[in-house]
Amino acid sequence: MPKYAALIYTADVDWSRPEFAETSKEYNEFGEAAAAVLRGGSALYPTSSATTVRVTGGKGGDVVTTDGPYAETKEALTGFYLLECADLDEAVSVAAKIPAAWDGAVEVRPVLEFDE
Amino acid sequence: MLTGDAVARLIREEGTRVLATLARVTGSIDLAEDAAQDAVVRALETWPRDGVPENPRAWLLVTARRRAVDIIRREARRAGKEAEATMFAGPVPEPPETVRDDLLRLVFTCCHPALSMEAQVALALRTLGGLSTAEVARGLLVPEATMAKRLTRAKQKITQAGIPYRVPPAEQLPARLTGVAATIYLIFNEGYAAGAGADLVRVALTAEAVRLGRLLAELMPDEPTALGLLALLLLHDARRGARLDGAGGQVLLADQDRARWDQAAIKEGVELVGRALRRTPDRPDGYAVQAAIAACHALAPSYTETNWDAVISWYDVLLAVRDSPVVRLNRAVAVAERDGAAAGLALVDGIDGLGGYPWWHATRAELLRRDGRAGEAKGAYERAIALGLSAPQMEHLRRRLAELPG
Repeated sequence: MPKYAALIYTADVDWSRPEFAETSKEYNEFGEAAAAVLRGGSALYPTSSATTVRVTGGKGGDVVTTDGPYAETKEALTGFYLLECADLDEAVSVAAKIPAAWDGAVEVRPVLEFDE
Repeated sequence: MLTGDAVARLIREEGTRVLATLARVTGSIDLAEDAAQDAVVRALETWPRDGVPENPRAWLLVTARRRAVDIIRREARRAGKEAEATMFAGPVPEPPETVRDDLLRLVFTCCHPALSMEAQVALALRTLGGLSTAEVARGLLVPEATMAKRLTRAKQKITQAGIPYRVPPAEQLPARLTGVAATIYLIFNEGYAAGAGADLVRVALTAEAVRLGRLLAELMPDEPTALGLLALLLLHDARRGARLDGAGGQVLLADQDRARWDQAAIKEGVELVGRALRRTPDRPDGYAVQAAIAACHALAPSYTETNWDAVISWYDVLLAVRDSPVVRLNRAVAVAERDGAAAGLALVDGIDGLGGYPWWHATRAELLRRDGRAGEAKGAYERAIALGLSAPQMEHLRRRLAELPG
């Protein structure tokens, strides 16, 4: 069965703050409901915690580490799930139940699997 | 004995059905398209010469299957994987229900909401309409290379993203049917709005849209959207012969020679409107209501004898299911015909959000002119012209502008 990454885009969320407790509960409920197709996934710390790594001049060049990126748009990648579904329609119906889908957006992308 | 045209039409229609079946059997629209195309070309070469085989579909299916097997074998050899191609080599006859379901699957796959609207239209024309990539490109006014890329990307997305080859479950059907209907309607408009005649391919687009609409209504005879859409397309298409004058200029509805309207299409359209409306007593389908308006015009013996009461009340129904400034504008035009220019104008002026819409200015201009307000009409004509419409329509507005006193 094909796998799909459900990439969650929302306003930055700081899960340690109490006002997100309710949302957190909704995610737990989603996790239980979708257990049959969930193969992995996590919430991410806010974009302020991100570090971007580039190697200038290609392979073997200088490692340049920068702070960020900060979300320049309202919505940033704040989490992801890995789903294993029969087809896109099933993946979409699961993605629509991720709490982020009703105040942000969930991008569903097929996972490219290389032949062993 | 069928004429050459009838044979070609038969081949095209059966070719679409064979393509749909092969897409199910092979799981690949791309492969099915290659194979079905090959069979269609062979049929076009041989049938007009040797006669149509007793079972045309079976002939095409067998030929296409053989071709598909060849392609799979070749691909398998190239990939170093041997034969997995034998599974569908036999000439299995497909029962009609299966073929119908295959076609429906193909319709819903081509019009899947995960594809862009542009891709849906192109793919529907290519696979369901049986148009070549070059014809689709010409019809939609896109360079052929761009169209080829668009089609390739759409088919890749179907494969890579795992868009299912399936009719959606009943609870999703109404929502998904909306997209399918919109695709067919868009194809029709591409051919119709340009003001046919100048370009044969664009006439072919309206013909393909009617064909697809017919197919959808045949496949889903109980769906008011499918019936309403076909009715709407037929009733618009019935006026095609009278829409242009000898010089290719546009003839307005009021001035059209009604003797040149296609009475058979009108009869069929009106009958379909009735069926569509009977199936939705509570909340009528939007296409069916638009078709009802078109039917009022189609059945009127002359423009002045149009039943404006009926037209206006259908617009009221349409506003209840699909309110938009453009619908309000069209309703205002009907009110102007019944109650006079001033009454229509008051409604037109009360519509917000159409300042950038040339038809709003053109309609105001026309009603101001009729109301004897030449100075204001002049300004409105100029604004409509500045916003731009198609050439024949611009020509009409300029003529009106030139006729104004002062």
